[in-house]
Amino acid sequence: MATESETVAEARRQMEICNACRYCEGYCAVFPAMTMRRAFTEGDLTHLANLCHGCKGCYHACQYAPPHPFGINIPVTFAELRNETYAQHAWPAPMGALFARNGTVVSLLAALGVALVLVLTVALQDPAVLWSAQRGAGAFFRVIPHWLMISLGVLTFGYALFAMAMGARSYWRATGSPAGAFAPAPTAEAAVDIVTMRNLGGGGHGCNDLDEGFSMRRRWLHQALFGGFMLCFAATCTGTIYHYVFGWKSPHAFFSLPVQFGTWGGVLMMIGAAGLAHVKIITDPVPVARKLAGGEFAMLALLFLIAATGLLLLAVRHTGAMGVMLAIHLGLVFAFFVVMPYSKMVHGVYRGLALLRNAKEKRGAAPAASAA
Amino acid sequence: MVDLTETFDVLVAGGGNAALCAAITARRAGATVLLAEHAPKAMRGGNSRHTRNVRALHHGPTGVLTDSYLEEEYWDDLKRVTAGKTNEALARMCIRASEHAPGFLESCGVVFQPSLSGTLSLSRTNAFFLGGGKALVNALYRTAEALGIVILYDTEVQHIEMKDGFATEAVVSHRGFPAKIRFKAFVASAGGFQANREWLRKYWGDAADNFQIRGTPYAQGRILKDLLGQGVQEVGDPTQFHAVANDARAPMEDGGLAMRLDCVPFSVVVNRDVERFYDEGEDVWPKRYAIWGRLIAQQPGQVAFAINDSQAQLDYLPPVFAPYRADSIAELAAQIGLDAVKLEKVVADYNAAVQPGTFSAQTLDDCRTEGLAPPKSHWARRIDTPPYYCHPLRPGITFTFLSVKVNERARVMMADGSPSANMFASGEIMSGNILGQGYLAGFGMAIGTVFGRIAGEEAAKLVRN
Ligand SMILES: Cc1cc2nc3c(=O)[nH]c(=O)nc-3n(C[C@H](O)[C@H](O)[C@H](O)COP(=O)(O)OP(=O)(O)OC[C@H]3O[C@@H](n4cnc5c(N)ncnc54)[C@H](O)[C@@H]3O)c2cc1C
Ligand code: SF4
Ligand code: SF4
Repeated sequence: MATESETVAEARRQMEICNACRYCEGYCAVFPAMTMRRAFTEGDLTHLANLCHGCKGCYHACQYAPPHPFGINIPVTFAELRNETYAQHAWPAPMGALFARNGTVVSLLAALGVALVLVLTVALQDPAVLWSAQRGAGAFFRVIPHWLMISLGVLTFGYALFAMAMGARSYWRATGSPAGAFAPAPTAEAAVDIVTMRNLGGGGHGCNDLDEGFSMRRRWLHQALFGGFMLCFAATCTGTIYHYVFGWKSPHAFFSLPVQFGTWGGVLMMIGAAGLAHVKIITDPVPVARKLAGGEFAMLALLFLIAATGLLLLAVRHTGAMGVMLAIHLGLVFAFFVVMPYSKMVHGVYRGLALLRNAKEKRGAAPAASAA
Repeated sequence: MVDLTETFDVLVAGGGNAALCAAITARRAGATVLLAEHAPKAMRGGNSRHTRNVRALHHGPTGVLTDSYLEEEYWDDLKRVTAGKTNEALARMCIRASEHAPGFLESCGVVFQPSLSGTLSLSRTNAFFLGGGKALVNALYRTAEALGIVILYDTEVQHIEMKDGFATEAVVSHRGFPAKIRFKAFVASAGGFQANREWLRKYWGDAADNFQIRGTPYAQGRILKDLLGQGVQEVGDPTQFHAVANDARAPMEDGGLAMRLDCVPFSVVVNRDVERFYDEGEDVWPKRYAIWGRLIAQQPGQVAFAINDSQAQLDYLPPVFAPYRADSIAELAAQIGLDAVKLEKVVADYNAAVQPGTFSAQTLDDCRTEGLAPPKSHWARRIDTPPYYCHPLRPGITFTFLSVKVNERARVMMADGSPSANMFASGEIMSGNILGQGYLAGFGMAIGTVFGRIAGEEAAKLVRN
């Protein structure tokens, strides 16, 4: 095994104190999972870090938080350890380096994505198309050919999925995850945990979003962002079905399913992304990992812009601005797909796996064979 | 900026649970309240910051307490640990009122949790704060702020001007600057004096330098001393304190609960001279852990060493500091600086005295020694499976027993037997009225909450009239 990082050693030091203290056992899944262990391997710590939702409850409740000499700050230590996980399990491996300066990477890729689509459009179509109003069925595809849109989409999204799946596989192996975790019961429990974000509930009354007071703000904002994102995904899916199954070409009417999904999804995403960024700005900075802030802000900005340009596209789709707006929107979306495996977005993958592993562990260290 | 020329209805000295309960109650009753906390904001909350539960009477299962816990049983528990050194009327009143402590704390934003690992034995009698005492203290301060209580951190109350048991103003040091605070009623909730080494040295000599203070370093007892020096009646043995076995490597102050070691029943314990000095397996640990602090305090150098082997490692909660570890007893002795020959003999004699039995970590089992002095009455298992381990121990002091005397309305009593006109006390500064010796887990917070509420109520009532 490679030598351990300082973050791993620091996480172990802190978990050993927590494991003797255990005051925080009611906050989230991390602490009960911690008490199942006595010694912490790197894999254990990685698992616990990814199980942590960063609600900050255990920081504000900690009698050993700075300025106490023990300096316990689980949310920061675990956030940094998660970032190391992301880098370590990135596929292909050299791309892990992108987690080091993530803000710059996300912003640059977004800009590149937009530029690329604009250049491609101008190169492949008559430049005038970009500026003239296009109406009626297939209007979008007169700006950007359908084949190009689909290939870029499938290519970038497919790449993201594949890269994240490879990361997941590597993570699952490295944390020494138990056999039988994919049995129906733990899988269902993990799914409920993911969808409801139970662990962002601080044991039922909310998180320390801003300071030592409790609120559900971050939980609801995250739900808005996540829900909005899924609605936009639904918009794309229904749009594709319309196109291929029914032969209905976009742009669709305002009250059609794809446009409705996309509109509300976009609105929710904007609220979620802007709200989460706002919370990040006004929150007590001590329990927040500063070196990760750049990448997180950049990703929130990218999600916000994707949603905003999507809605603007809807607004201007019958005018001469449509072409440019479509190119920008698609550029951002493709960039998002490409950067996804190397951004905060992978937290969903690893968090999900950690919850799954936890659901399995809770069912007792049953012999692997009988559990599977 | 706070206007310190104003006369406040109530001045509360202290910033832990007892002070906050008093301040909140007085404010809710309409009084203007100033709370002076010696610690800076980041270290506020005294020993209360380190707590995790409160013992509460209850007639049936509540959300956070199982079964029932009634007055007689609570009283019996208290009588046993104090060996009768208590004030029955005051104690029973406190026990009855503890029923409403969790509800009151909840009304101040404190959240309780269903109890989980390692604490199950207490979930019937004690309600656990979600996140522990610091979360409780945070909630109480937020409530106090929202109610408009003036809170001054970094403000030490140094002296109370009083005449014939009537207090008029306080001399304070506010962020290092001298100031005076005028008030109509005074509540003393400033904790014990356990962090005042000079004071402890009076009774314990140089040994006091080796005591670890488990909680806040601000428990200097300045107000306690000031009041007792001005004709307030004292109660409680000044030389005594509650202490547990801490890891010798813990910080000298503020190490909190996680520094305590539960390994004693599963070890043999020797002092610096490599002699055993007490039955390690006398009773289940929750009933015995509080005597070990004092036992160690009485050993030369105030240090002891718990020795066990690989069989014992999973029988107690994991420690913060890794134990010393070696493949032979002699090697272990060398690591910790003990006489190897002596330690080998202590272990050999012990091993020879161990009787066959069925080991059970959680109950009083039948594993004991025969013909050994002192004996080990339970959990005696041969120490023969390397690696061998050693946890070094020191006394960790929780609180002192010396207190100001109060009546059942939390009013401070003067040495001549008359109640003070306008002084009240709550929490550790008066707990010696009820706890003459010993301790019952969760009772400190019960006393603080119950007497804090009474003190706040009475102070506000006094001011209104
Ligand atoms: C590690 C540990 C764990 C514990 N766990 C529990 C538990 O689980 N349950 C339980 O019931 N009890 C527990 N106790 C005991 C409990 O902490 C006390 O009984 C309780 O906190 C007393 O509350 P208090 O407000 O009287 O004192 P404290 O909380 O100690 O507050 C005293 C306050 O007074 C302030 N102060 C002192 N001098 C001055 C001055 N001159 N001017 C202004 N302010 C001053 C201090 O800064 C402090 O804020 C524990 C104690 C320790 C050390
Ligand atoms: S975060 Fe602090 S209070 Fe919570 S379990 Fe860890 S050491 Fe204890
Ligand atoms: S989820 Fe919250 S309470 Fe749990 S470890 Fe993370 S920050 Fe602490």
